[in-house]
Amino acid sequence: MDNIFAEYEDKLPVKIIEDIKNNIPKGIAQNKLRKILELVLEEYENAKVHPGEAVGLVSAESIGEPGTQMTLNTFHFAGVAEMNVTLGLPRIIEILDGRETPDTPAMEIYLKAPYSGGKDIREFALSLKETKLSNIADEFSISLINSEIEIKLNKEKMKAHSLTTPKVAAIIAKQIKGLNIRESEELIILKSRAKEESLNEIYKAKEKIKDVHIKGVKGISQVLPIKRNDEYVIITSGSNLADVIQLEGVDPYRTTTNNIIEVQQVLGIEAARQLIINEVFKVIENQGFNVDIRHIMLVADTMCVSGKVKGITRYGVVSEKASALARASFETPIKHIINAALIGEIDQLESVVENVMLNQAVPIGTGIPQLIANFKKK
Amino acid sequence: MAESKNKDEAVKATAIKEESKKIDESVKAVSETSEAKEDKEATKTDAKKEKESGIEPQEVAIYKQVKNITFSVLGPTMIKDIASAKIVTPELYDKEGYPVDGGLMDIRLGVIDPGLRCKTCGSKLKECIGHFGYIELARPIIHVKFVSVIVALLKASCRDCGRILIPKNKIEKYKEMLDSLDKEKGVEEKRVKIRGIIASLKTVAKCPHCNAKQKKISLEKPTTFIEEDKRISPIEIRARLEKIPDDDVQLFGIVAPKVRPEWMVLTLLPIPPVTMRPSITLESGERSEDDLTHKLGDIVRINQRLFENINAGAPEIIVEDLWDLLQYHITTYFDNAIAQLPPARHRSGQPLKTLTERIKSKEGRIRHNLAGKRTNFCARTVISPDPMLELNEVGVPNVIAMKLTVPERVNSWNINYLKKFVERGPKKHPGANYIIRPDGKKKKITDETKEASLEEIQPGYTVERHLMDGDIAIFNRQPSLHRMSMMCHRVKVLPGKTLRLNPAVCHPYNADFDGDEMNLHIPQTEEARVEAEILMEVQTQLISLRYGLSIIGCVQDALSGNYLLTKGMSMSRNEAIDLLAAIGVEDFSRLPRKEIVDGKEIFSVLIPEDFSFVGKTKTNEEVVIKNGKLIEGFMDRSNLGEGSGLLLRNIHQKYKKDFTIQLLGKIFRLGIEVLLRRGFTCAVSDTDLPEIARIKVQETLDNAKNDVNNLINDFKEGKMEALPGRDIEETVEVRILEILNKARNDTGEVIANFADKNSHTMIMAQSGARGNLLNLAQMAACVGQQAMRGKRIEKGFEGRTLSAYKKFDLGPDARGFISNRFKTGLTPTEFFFGAMTGRDSLMDTALRTPKSGYLYRRLANAMQDLNVGYDGTVRDSSHKIIQFEYGEDRMDVSKSEKGAINVKRIISMVI
Repeated sequence: MDNIFAEYEDKLPVKIIEDIKNNIPKGIAQNKLRKILELVLEEYENAKVHPGEAVGLVSAESIGEPGTQMTLNTFHFAGVAEMNVTLGLPRIIEILDGRETPDTPAMEIYLKAPYSGGKDIREFALSLKETKLSNIADEFSISLINSEIEIKLNKEKMKAHSLTTPKVAAIIAKQIKGLNIRESEELIILKSRAKEESLNEIYKAKEKIKDVHIKGVKGISQVLPIKRNDEYVIITSGSNLADVIQLEGVDPYRTTTNNIIEVQQVLGIEAARQLIINEVFKVIENQGFNVDIRHIMLVADTMCVSGKVKGITRYGVVSEKASALARASFETPIKHIINAALIGEIDQLESVVENVMLNQAVPIGTGIPQLIANFKKK
Repeated sequence: MAESKNKDEAVKATAIKEESKKIDESVKAVSETSEAKEDKEATKTDAKKEKESGIEPQEVAIYKQVKNITFSVLGPTMIKDIASAKIVTPELYDKEGYPVDGGLMDIRLGVIDPGLRCKTCGSKLKECIGHFGYIELARPIIHVKFVSVIVALLKASCRDCGRILIPKNKIEKYKEMLDSLDKEKGVEEKRVKIRGIIASLKTVAKCPHCNAKQKKISLEKPTTFIEEDKRISPIEIRARLEKIPDDDVQLFGIVAPKVRPEWMVLTLLPIPPVTMRPSITLESGERSEDDLTHKLGDIVRINQRLFENINAGAPEIIVEDLWDLLQYHITTYFDNAIAQLPPARHRSGQPLKTLTERIKSKEGRIRHNLAGKRTNFCARTVISPDPMLELNEVGVPNVIAMKLTVPERVNSWNINYLKKFVERGPKKHPGANYIIRPDGKKKKITDETKEASLEEIQPGYTVERHLMDGDIAIFNRQPSLHRMSMMCHRVKVLPGKTLRLNPAVCHPYNADFDGDEMNLHIPQTEEARVEAEILMEVQTQLISLRYGLSIIGCVQDALSGNYLLTKGMSMSRNEAIDLLAAIGVEDFSRLPRKEIVDGKEIFSVLIPEDFSFVGKTKTNEEVVIKNGKLIEGFMDRSNLGEGSGLLLRNIHQKYKKDFTIQLLGKIFRLGIEVLLRRGFTCAVSDTDLPEIARIKVQETLDNAKNDVNNLINDFKEGKMEALPGRDIEETVEVRILEILNKARNDTGEVIANFADKNSHTMIMAQSGARGNLLNLAQMAACVGQQAMRGKRIEKGFEGRTLSAYKKFDLGPDARGFISNRFKTGLTPTEFFFGAMTGRDSLMDTALRTPKSGYLYRRLANAMQDLNVGYDGTVRDSSHKIIQFEYGEDRMDVSKSEKGAINVKRIISMVI
């Protein structure tokens, strides 16, 4: 039987063959199987896209049209145990803009055994949460006379994080250079080694010191362990993929974030493309729309072809177009025309808008085939 | 004889001619020189032909194609070359109102008055496309749009020798790097790199070529250059730019010698043709000039004054002042929205619209006139439904049908047929409005000219006849978000004043009949008609390209009707035949020969005999169609509706589009006919509840309120435990919301249990035609919690929503729970909460539309060029591969079944 399937491997996509394998009854007669495959192949051949089909526009329409019906400002409240995540139209805009950081960065951290079974799950989750100096301190004050910064630490909070004053002092010393550090029971006193320091600078230094990273993973501001299909998963708000996947106990293969640029930097462009597809699909599905995955794939591919995630904006994908007129017809026309003039650009009129401008046939769909005929002169 | 000649000419003209146009940069208008040449050529060949053949040429059929467009900067010699007049005086007209020679409206620049002839090309108004002129500037002026480039050039080149401030041995290296960048990464990356190089050269203190000391140059916006506190005059700037050798200029990303940097400092200013700045004659006979003419007038006047002052040897200060003024005028001529300059204004105080403003933005030349076009042969009116039309028909009012025309070429076979149209004239329906002579002259048919036209008409003429049944039209409703928003329909001329369509096609257009208007276009050429018919007709758009299911299905009454019919209706055979005949069925042989026929059997008559199908209804009951007979189940939205279920999709797969659309039309009409015979209405009594149900509803609500109050008490006494990840306040909110939502759902269930299943409201809900149980529950039992942004209402006064409540009251009523039903009416506070959520959703819609519109525009703009190549790859306009295989399997969504091949169906077919 396998050899029959092997015959069709080149002719049919893997997905369809798998589908057939899963659906045929056991011990099917060979000729029947062959007939099924023949029929599937025929239907598949009929379902192929025609050359020239404007698939780009079709995809744009398929995503743009439901966009008009999507709700704005939806936050996810499903159930009690989930965090707020931007959804709906704002999220789609955010993804397609190719923004550096999403509005609500979040991660889903999958765990290895034994944590995935729920062992010490709370503690493990808490150990991920970022603790800043301001989280364990009661007071930051400036003594003007000595131009010093005094930090009063909270004993209880420190205890909860199993920290001691010297430990904290050591961490501060490590992260901010050029400070003299004195410590007493609950007090850390900092003084700059630089001789003259203006009050303004001290204030700035104070704000900076508040953000000193003490424990946990940078950027993870909230953690929440939840049970999902017999295993524990940690959902976080805030994202730091690079650090999290290196942690012991974390399953790096399944852990994800919703920050596309971060994924691109850590895991590469293919992963970023897949994440764009997943995230857009998730939002559209959540809003109750039905959009074929192929359309989202094409958008994701358009954003990722150059090897970097480029947003669908005048600075991203559109700026890469070959035609000056096509760029000018989108946004900032003057800028594009001037730049085109300086480098003596030649517009070959190969895309759609320029030909619309010139009232010529558009090189897409039925505009592609050309008739070449050599007529004899009389 | 005449025909063959015509053909010959068309063939010759099809030879594609390479023609390159130049965009004149410094005035940013298309220079029309090459086009003018082309035109002349065309007329010349025409004339020759005429002489040879001895008969009138049939049609001017010169087809040319623009192959590419080169962008460049205009240099002084070029400006002079393209100019046909030198402008020397700001005056426009003389006393007789005739354009002054050497003035801005000089007739060598083209004509805008009827009767005058252009002095340059000799053509009349509308034939002459206009010609450029120029003025000589008394002193050089900086072009604002190039200021940033000039700064870069000055900063990175030697003030003495003009070389770029890069050591000789390194220049080659830089060049190679830029070239490879250009090839591999594209122009944009190269531009970034160049910017980086130039920034690094700012600090070079000594020229590596001639050792001259470099001074710091800064720009005082918009157009003043300062070198160490001293102003550099444009003359000096121009001189320095001239010194930079071509090779070095190229390092700045400028294509010398095609574009020379000194051209960015203007010595000559091109004057655009009058045809692009026409004046309007007001009713009073007064002329109102275009904004550009006003601005140019200012420029010419100041320029002349500057000339006079210089020649008269006026003091330097006066000359400089005038010079600055000229700079201001030319700057605002190019761009009237520069931040540092006050915009030039009309006398009325409204800012002038100069060159940049003409091109820019949505209303500018590019997006408004070039990327968007207007058409003739179109109509627009209110739409109304007509289920008796086929799905691919459109009802066109008589009045419109007599205005819109279809051109038909006369030949020896159809001459008599077309003559009849001419005979009927423009006022009788299938008549004709115009005849077009072979030379392109259009003649109106009126009662007087009718006879003459009839005489005149012969093969080669074109008759513009009225729209008739069966003609092809494109029907459209804005916003056109889809390709299904523009579909091709067949015309059906009907009395009345509205455009009519079958309600089943409302969904793809997203139309309803609350006053919507739609547009109708009539394709005018054979090619356009064929394309519309093959690619755009309704039946070709049956399967959505978004998700691969039918987007056209039964709606509203058609669903209710088929639901009633297939769910236990029966009638006498005579009645059944009457019903079927009413929807256009003629073959009754498939109707069982018995006295009383079942509704399912009537429905089965429509289904083809070899069709089998297994599916589910909305309520998850089995639907079985075996060999064209509906055996089990009934029809509802999930089988007949749009965007759901595979019944319609499978019919389409097996019997193709034309059959499907016909079947759909029949099913639709069947539903409506059933309702017509049976009667259908939605009554207030549908919301009546039996006494027990009312008590039950009241009980549920009371219980819920009690639960909530207990919860609040627990919370106030601190007995509550927070949910993970939430604090106590949030927890209590979440719990209350849960209880109240459950209460509302419970009342809904009570309704579901007690409401009359055969009431028409319920039938509509069950068939999926309109409404759902929740709507009924809101009318009959309880409206429920009003939520804003997923929470109960909490905004309003401090600590409370309305002053009718105590502060910090967390009870259901105080936070927007409506326990009344719509039927009995709401209390004032409840009504107010309802209004709050209503307003919120209105705002949401208003804010969303522009956002999603912009997203759509960006998507469409970025992806419009992507298409599938002959090799199955997806490529953009520069043939760059975006995907190796479209969608990873090359499958067209609109030819798939929900995005896949339905393997299960095929397997069950074979086994």
